[in-house]
Amino acid sequence: MRTILIIIRKEFIQIFRNTIMLRMLIILPVIQLVVLVNAVTFEMKRITMVVVDNDLSYTSRLLNDKFRSSGFFKVRASEFSLPAAETYLANGYADMILVIPTGFEKDLERDAGQKNGNLQVVVNAINNMKAGLIHNYTQNILNNFAAGIIAGKTTGTSVSMKKTDITYSYWYNPRLNYKIIMLPGILVVLVTIVGMFMTALNLVREKETGTAEQINVTPVKKYQLMTGKLVPFMIIALFELSIGLLVGFLFFNLPFHGNLIVLFLFAFTYLLAALGLGLLLSTMADTQQQVMFLAFFFLILFIMMSGLFTPVESMPLWAQRANIINPFAVFVKVIRMILIKGSGINDIAPYFAHMSVYAIIMISLAVWRYRKTA
Amino acid sequence: MRRLKGFIIKEFYHILRDFHTVLILFAMPVLQVLIFGFVVSTDIKDIRIAIVDHSKDHITRRITDKILSSGYFIRHSHIDQEKDIESSFRKGEIKEVIIFEPSFSHRLETENTAAIQIIADASDPNMANMIVNYTSGIIGNFMAEENKAMLTQQIIRPEVRMYYNQDLKGVFMFVPGTIAIILILVTTLMTSVSITREKEFGSIEVILVSPLHPFEIIAGKVAPYVGLAFINGCSIIALGYFVFGLPVQGNLILLLAESILYILLALSLGILFSTIAPTQQIAMFLSMFGLMLPTMLLSGFIFPIENMPGILQFISYLMPPRYFITILKNIMIKGAGFGFVWKETLVIAGMTVIFLLISIKKFKIRLN
Repeated sequence: MRTILIIIRKEFIQIFRNTIMLRMLIILPVIQLVVLVNAVTFEMKRITMVVVDNDLSYTSRLLNDKFRSSGFFKVRASEFSLPAAETYLANGYADMILVIPTGFEKDLERDAGQKNGNLQVVVNAINNMKAGLIHNYTQNILNNFAAGIIAGKTTGTSVSMKKTDITYSYWYNPRLNYKIIMLPGILVVLVTIVGMFMTALNLVREKETGTAEQINVTPVKKYQLMTGKLVPFMIIALFELSIGLLVGFLFFNLPFHGNLIVLFLFAFTYLLAALGLGLLLSTMADTQQQVMFLAFFFLILFIMMSGLFTPVESMPLWAQRANIINPFAVFVKVIRMILIKGSGINDIAPYFAHMSVYAIIMISLAVWRYRKTA
Repeated sequence: MRRLKGFIIKEFYHILRDFHTVLILFAMPVLQVLIFGFVVSTDIKDIRIAIVDHSKDHITRRITDKILSSGYFIRHSHIDQEKDIESSFRKGEIKEVIIFEPSFSHRLETENTAAIQIIADASDPNMANMIVNYTSGIIGNFMAEENKAMLTQQIIRPEVRMYYNQDLKGVFMFVPGTIAIILILVTTLMTSVSITREKEFGSIEVILVSPLHPFEIIAGKVAPYVGLAFINGCSIIALGYFVFGLPVQGNLILLLAESILYILLALSLGILFSTIAPTQQIAMFLSMFGLMLPTMLLSGFIFPIENMPGILQFISYLMPPRYFITILKNIMIKGAGFGFVWKETLVIAGMTVIFLLISIKKFKIRLN
């Protein structure tokens, strides 16, 4: 036990000696957290459009106004030919073009638009999701517009239509606040970078500078060395997590419906797994450069597959299954469950078991792989 | 010139000698693009939902069928009462619950209106918003079919054309972003670490006392990485083309030239980091912390820039990948020529020059 404490002390001295590093570890994550939380939203602002109105009739102007007043669209320009409007799309100045052809009003009155394509809608579809939404909104406005015209024609005759009365409720986050959901996720990224990278780099650095050999010839046991290497970074990572949560509560109205002890217990288990992985990587690499790239590879993979930025449900099934080896995905899910839904220890029990097994495997592998011989 | 050539060859040997690193450098970006290309998507499919049907009549059953056959949803559990919703949400089993009121079809026949309640787990707001939209869309369509007899035909039928991406494929959005992000992260990391490494081990002092000019040293050190990064860039673009069907509508030469320019930018950023950082660890953390999340989140890779608050939109102008993503999309997907990307090109070139100038100013020729 004393040996372990001595190693921990040695590590802390080394960490605190490097003031640039220390400042970077504490300040950078907080700044990033505060800034980046504001960036992550799919919420659509106004769609910019170009109108090509070749009809210039009362009805076409009415339709124009309908788009303008909808709150979803912003008319950037009016052109008189499709090619002229297309340059806006190519330049990225507009998301869609609405073409109202000559004779639109007449067509509508004569045959109630029986033929297809009495209007043209051109959408920049590189962002497929946005294009889908634009299509939906446009269709909605056109349907309303058409219904208005029908109503205008059939005044007096009451048409009774069946309708469903749909009510929505968004549980846990009624105002669809994106920040409170992204903050825990980004915080987990930052904590993982700090913990996993520091651990991974630390041991390799000793190898690279030759001090590992000096440690190897001492009677220090493998598990003692590993514990001594894990504990300081565990403490730093947990500290980082606390600061991040505090920032969330103070500035972003992050809710806290769950139990703080459960959260930190799970965070501890997660960090054992993540730092254990860092240790394992460091036993496999000879230089800091190598371990850096390995850690970077896993981290970015974990992040992209975790469901932090894109929904897990949208991934192919094999990728969802592969997430079983992604501790990051589990923690992102659980921290959201605890904070926002108030899930208790019973709700997260399966994840807890999963993470514990993962942590044990990682640390055993790391201890086993570490060679005390030069 | 001959001296520089010798130095570059030395650096090449230096890199190639370390087989593991070379393997990682070449395999990693390819693997990442492959995985992201297949995995990263925002399409809605197979969302687990529950349906609480208090009516169980022919209409509610038909609506249920309609919802489940859409491909967006699968029925996860058979919840019969509202009170079970809470625990199912808390365990994270389902994302949405649809509730039909008692005697649904009867009310629809007699009163022309019947109630449906949709409850979504909005702890993931993006998802909640989309699935509620999809669900009410499906129900709306169903009702429109039911009412068809009464309504005159839908009188406005727009002809909708999806430019640049007819089939609304997600890869058109994500692959250019992945290329830009991976290229800048890997390249910056490589350069910053390789130079600080010499500093840390003291070998830079040996080089500094050699007759080589300091600029020749830097040029010699990064030259091999231009080659490495360019091969990476080419393999990623080839991957996009052959595996993900991302077209190269525009000029391939222009595309490659822009890639080289972007690589030079990443290199000069790496050089800049290495002049600031005294150790490899700090260089790495600068490249990781300084670049990874900001470039991923502020470059328009996943989250549209136009949705962000004003200050962040401003910061996003400082993110090099933002410009390269625009260039890639314009050349590859829109088939645009230089006339449509010259502004972005100019910004990237300008940033490169600025990074280099700062580095030159900061680079210490003398030993402490």
